[in-house]
Amino acid sequence: MNQLVNFLKRMPLSALFGLVVILLNLGVFCLAPAIAPFGETEVVGDVWLPMSTIHLLGTDHIGRDMFTRIVYGARNTIGVALLITFIAFFSGTILGLAAATMKGWVDQVLGRIVDIVMAFPPLIFALMVLSVMGSSTTVLVVVLSLLDCTRVFRLVRAVAMDVEVMPYVEAARLRGEGFWWVMRREILPNTMPPLIAEFGMRFCFVFLFISALSFLGLGFQPPAADWGSMVRENAGAITFGIPAALWPASVIALLTIGVNLVVDWLLNLQSKSAH
Amino acid sequence: MTRVMTWFIKNPIFKMVGQRLAIGLGTLLVISGLIFVGVEALPGDLAEAVLGQNALPETVAAFRAELKLDLPAHTRYFTWLGEVMQGELGNSLASGKPISELIGWRFKNTLFLAGTTALVAIPLALILGMLAALYRDTWLDRCLSISTLAAISFPEFFVAYILITLLSVKFALFPSISSITRDMPLMVKLHTITLPCVTLTLVVLAHMMRMTRAAIINVLDLPFIEMARLKGISKWRIIFNHALPNALAPIINVIALNLAYLVVGVVVVEVVFVYPGLGQLLVDSVSKRDLPVVQASGLIFAVTYVGLNLTADVLAMMSNPRLRHPQ
Amino acid sequence: MLMNKKRKNDDLLTMKNIHIAGGKDEIIHGIDLTLKRGEVLGLIGESGAGKSTLGLAAMGYIRSGCAVTEGSIVFDGMDLLTMNASARRKLWGTRIAYVAQSSAASFNPAHTLIRQFTEVPLQHGIAGKARAEKKAVKLYDRLNLPHPEEIGRRYPHQVSGGQLQRAMVAMAMAADPDIIIFDEPTTALDVTTQIEVLAAIRDVIRDKNTAAIYISHDLAVVAQMADRIMVLKDGNLVEEGEAEMLLDEPKESYTQELISVRLNHARPRKGEKGGETILKVDSVTAGYKKGERVLKNISLHVGKRRTVAVVGESGSGKSTLARVITGLLPPTKGRIRFGDDLLKPKTSQRNRETLRRLQMIYQMPDVAVNPCHTLLQIIGRPLSFYFGMEKEAIEARVRELLTMVELPESYINRYPSELSGGEKQRVCIARALAAKPDLIICDEVTSALDPLVAESVLKLLQRLQNELGVSYLFITHDLTTVKAIADEVVVMFKGRIVEQGPRSEVLTPPHHAYTEKLLASVPEMDTDWLDNYLEGSVA
Repeated sequence: MNQLVNFLKRMPLSALFGLVVILLNLGVFCLAPAIAPFGETEVVGDVWLPMSTIHLLGTDHIGRDMFTRIVYGARNTIGVALLITFIAFFSGTILGLAAATMKGWVDQVLGRIVDIVMAFPPLIFALMVLSVMGSSTTVLVVVLSLLDCTRVFRLVRAVAMDVEVMPYVEAARLRGEGFWWVMRREILPNTMPPLIAEFGMRFCFVFLFISALSFLGLGFQPPAADWGSMVRENAGAITFGIPAALWPASVIALLTIGVNLVVDWLLNLQSKSAH
Repeated sequence: MTRVMTWFIKNPIFKMVGQRLAIGLGTLLVISGLIFVGVEALPGDLAEAVLGQNALPETVAAFRAELKLDLPAHTRYFTWLGEVMQGELGNSLASGKPISELIGWRFKNTLFLAGTTALVAIPLALILGMLAALYRDTWLDRCLSISTLAAISFPEFFVAYILITLLSVKFALFPSISSITRDMPLMVKLHTITLPCVTLTLVVLAHMMRMTRAAIINVLDLPFIEMARLKGISKWRIIFNHALPNALAPIINVIALNLAYLVVGVVVVEVVFVYPGLGQLLVDSVSKRDLPVVQASGLIFAVTYVGLNLTADVLAMMSNPRLRHPQ
Repeated sequence: MLMNKKRKNDDLLTMKNIHIAGGKDEIIHGIDLTLKRGEVLGLIGESGAGKSTLGLAAMGYIRSGCAVTEGSIVFDGMDLLTMNASARRKLWGTRIAYVAQSSAASFNPAHTLIRQFTEVPLQHGIAGKARAEKKAVKLYDRLNLPHPEEIGRRYPHQVSGGQLQRAMVAMAMAADPDIIIFDEPTTALDVTTQIEVLAAIRDVIRDKNTAAIYISHDLAVVAQMADRIMVLKDGNLVEEGEAEMLLDEPKESYTQELISVRLNHARPRKGEKGGETILKVDSVTAGYKKGERVLKNISLHVGKRRTVAVVGESGSGKSTLARVITGLLPPTKGRIRFGDDLLKPKTSQRNRETLRRLQMIYQMPDVAVNPCHTLLQIIGRPLSFYFGMEKEAIEARVRELLTMVELPESYINRYPSELSGGEKQRVCIARALAAKPDLIICDEVTSALDPLVAESVLKLLQRLQNELGVSYLFITHDLTTVKAIADEVVVMFKGRIVEQGPRSEVLTPPHHAYTEKLLASVPEMDTDWLDNYLEGSVA
C-alpha cells in the first residue's frame, strides 16, 4: 500500500490526472446502470432542455436525458474500442513475434500483406468495407481489428527484430531451444515495455476512429447510445447556440487526453531508463 | 554525358529508387484489384441489391448486361482498369450521372482545402517543432507539448464545433457552412473555408510538430553535433549545417505523412462543414451504397495516398549522403 | 625530449579541486590538474574512472545532466567556468580542440572531410576558404593520409576507420590550438592501425609543440604519448608522476596492478600434449553470400584440456569461424569433427547431446544474458533442458556453479542489471559450465572488460580448465590474452590461417610476416617502445 502511495507521489501531475480520468471512465464503464438516473433509450422530457438538477446535462434531440446517454455511451464506445484493441494486440503481437523469430517466407508473406493493408488510408479502407458489408458492430470490430493489427504487427516485429539479434537469443538457439521457448521466454518479455505504451496509443486511435465513424453515421446504429453518434444527432443545435453536441464530444476528448498523458509519461520513463 | 549516364546506372540510389517505384506500382495494382474484388464480394447480386428483391427477371438480366455483370470477373477487371485509366469511371447508381462529372469538381475542392491547410500548417509546424527541440525542457517546450497533446486527443468534429460555437455563433465572423460554388472569387472562397481550414490546421499542426520535434532531437543527440559544438561552431550554424541535412529524411516523411492525412482525413471536416468535397461524396455514397461511386472515390484517395508515401520515400533516399555518394 | 621539457615552464591550464556531479551522484571527487605549454598529460583509468568527464571539463564543456559543483578551471588566465558561453565557444576549436573516440560517429555524414575541416577557421574568422583548404592538405599529408590532395573531398563513410581518425586529428589541428584533448582516439582501431595513428598523432603534436591531454584505458598506449601520467579510479586521483618514473616505480598498489597485468604472461602449462582430439576443423570454406569466401580452407584441431587461441584483426574471419562451428553459418566446403561424430552443418540438425557438449561465451556480457531472467533462471535453464533436473536440484546446482565462478550464492535471485560487467561474464561462464561441456568457444570474452577484471576472468577460466578438463577455443584480437592463456595459437588474416602451432613456436621468431607485424604492434609498458618500433620499421 505504502509503495503504491509512493509510486503515485512520484508520478507527474499530468500523468496522475490521466490516470484519474481513465479510472473514472472504467468505473462508469462497469457501473453504468447503477449510475444512470434514467433508462438508455427512455424519453424523459422535452427536446434540448437546458441543464438542470434533474437533467444534469439537459436532454437530447428527442428528449432523452443527456447524462444517462453519456453514461451508457461509455459502455458501448469504450467497450468496443477495448475489445478491438485487445484483439488487434493479441493477433498483432503473435504475428509480429512469429515473423521476427521465424523470418524467411513467413516474414515475407506477412510483411507483404501488411504493406498492402497499410497502403490504404485507414478511414477509406473502413468506409469501403462498410459500404460493401453494411454497418454492424461485428463488421466494425473485424475491420478495425485488422487495421490496428497491422500497426501492432509492424511495431512488434521491429522491436522483436532488435531483440532477436541479441546474443542471449543466439545462446538459447545454440542450446537447442525450440521456437516457442525462444519466442515466449527470450523475445516476448523484452518487447513488453514499448508495447504497453503502444497499447494506449492504439486504444486512442481506435476510440477516435469509432467515434469518427459513428459521427459519420456509419458506426453504431441507433438507438444504442454512443458518443460519436450523439454528437451527430445533436450537431444541428449548435448553430442555435445549444451545446448538446459538445458534451459527448468533450468526454471523447477528455478520455483521449487522459490516455495520451499516461502514454506520454510511460514513453518518457522508457527513454530515460534507456539512457 | 556518358559519364553522367554511367554514374546514374552505377549509383545504387538509382536501383533503390527504381525498386521503390516498382513496389509502389505493384501496390497500386493490388489495391485496384482489391477494390474491384471488394465490390464483387457484395452479398447477393449488385443488380438485385439495386433493383430490389421483387424486380422482374428480365429487368435484372438487362441491368446485368448493362453493367457487364455477365462477363467473367477477370475480363471485367481489366476492362474496368482500362476504363479507369482513361478517366471513364462509369455511372452513379443513385443519380445515374457519369461519375467523372460528379467527382472532378469535388476532388478539386478537396485538394483546394487540403492545399490551403498545408500552406499554413507545414511552415508553422516545422518552425514550432524546431523551436521546441532547440529549447527542449524549457517552459516553451512544455507549453507546446501539452497543447499539442491536447490537440491530437481532440476528435476533429470537437475542434470544429468549438470553432463554430465561438467564431460563427457567438461572433459571426465566419460561416458555419462552407458551401462554395464554382464561380466564387478566390477571396470569398478563402473566407468561406476559413473554419474547416483552421480545424484541419490545428489537428495536423499538432501531429506534425510533435514528429518534427522528435526528429530534430534525435539528430541533436548524435555525437557529431557534440563534436561541432566542441569545434566552437555557433548554435544556428550547427542547426542549419549539421542538424538539418541529417534530419531531412525524417522531416520529409513527416510532411508526406501529414499531407496524406490531410487529403484523406478531410472526410470528417467536410461533413461537419457541408463542404462539397470528395470526402462528403464518399460518405454519402457509402450510406446510399452507391458502389461505383465508392469504388471510384476510394481508388482516387488510395492513389493519392500511395503516391505521397512513394514521393516521401524517394526523396528521403535522395537525401541520404551514403546513397548519394557510394563507396 | 629533455629539450622539450625545459620550455614547459608556464601553466597553460589549471584545474583546482574539481567536483563534478551527474544527477545526484558525484562523478569526480575533487581532482587537481595542471598542464604546461607543450606538455602531454596522460589520463588513465578503467571505465567509470571519470577520465572522459574530466577531459571534457578541461575545455569548460560539461555534458547536459552534469554540473561542476566545486572548483575552478583556468585556461591561460581565463576562468572557463565563469566566463560567458559565447566567449568560451570562441576558445573551442581555436585554442582548445577535441578528438573523440569514434570518428565514424563524430563526423557529420552529410559533409565532406575538408568542409568539416575548413569550418573551424571559417567560423572563427581565422582564414579564408582557400587558405584553410591548403592547410588541410598540408596536415593530411603530415598525418600520412593517402592522396592528401583528394582525400578531403570524400565523405566520412568513404574512408577507413584509421584514416578517419587521422582526419579528425587534422581537423583538431586546423586552427593550431594550444591544447588538444584526445579521448581514447585509438581504442576502436585494430593494433596494426592503432600504431600508425599513434605515430602520426605524436609526430604532429611534437612538431607544433601542442599541449595535449591523452585519455586512455590502456597504460601502454598512454606511456608512448605522455610526458606525465595521472592514474584515476572512481573519480579520484590515485597517482601522478612523470611517465617513466610512474612505470618504473609505481607507488600505489592499484598502479602496480595496472602495470603487472600487462607484464604477466607466459604461464607454464601441463597440458596433455598429443592427447585426444575434441574438435577437428577440416578445410572449411564459408561465406555469408553466395560465392563470398570469408573463410578460406581453414583447418585446425583442439585437443582435450587444451586452449587454442584464434587471433586476428577485424575482418580476419575469426568470429565467422565460431559461427561455422556452432552451426549458425553452414560451411560451403569442408567438415567439422566433434569428438567421435561429424558435426551437422546447421544448429537445428544437431541433437541435444551434441549441443550440450559445445557451449559458447560471448564478447558483451551485457547482452549475452536475458535481462528479464534471474540468475537462477539463466543458469538453471541448461540444467532442466539437458539433464531434466527438478526444482530443488537445480537450485542447489546453481548455487554450486555460482561458487565455482566465484560469485556469492546470494546472487541467485538477482537480475543481470544488478551485476557489474565482470560479474555478468562470470554468469555466462556458469551458464556454459552448467551443461558440462567438452568444449567452450570463447568469443572475445575479455575485450569488453577492464584490464584488471579481464585478468581475473582469464584466471578463472584457467582454474576451471584445470579442475574440469574442459577445452577452450579462444577467439581474440588481443595478443596479451593469447600469451596469457593459449597452448596453441592460430593466426588468421583475411580469412586464411597464416600461421599455427604451439604457443612457444608461434610467439618466438622466426615468424610469418603478418604475425611479426601483429606482435610488434602491441604497445609495451615502455616509454621508448614506439620510438624503437618506428626506428625498427624504418631500418
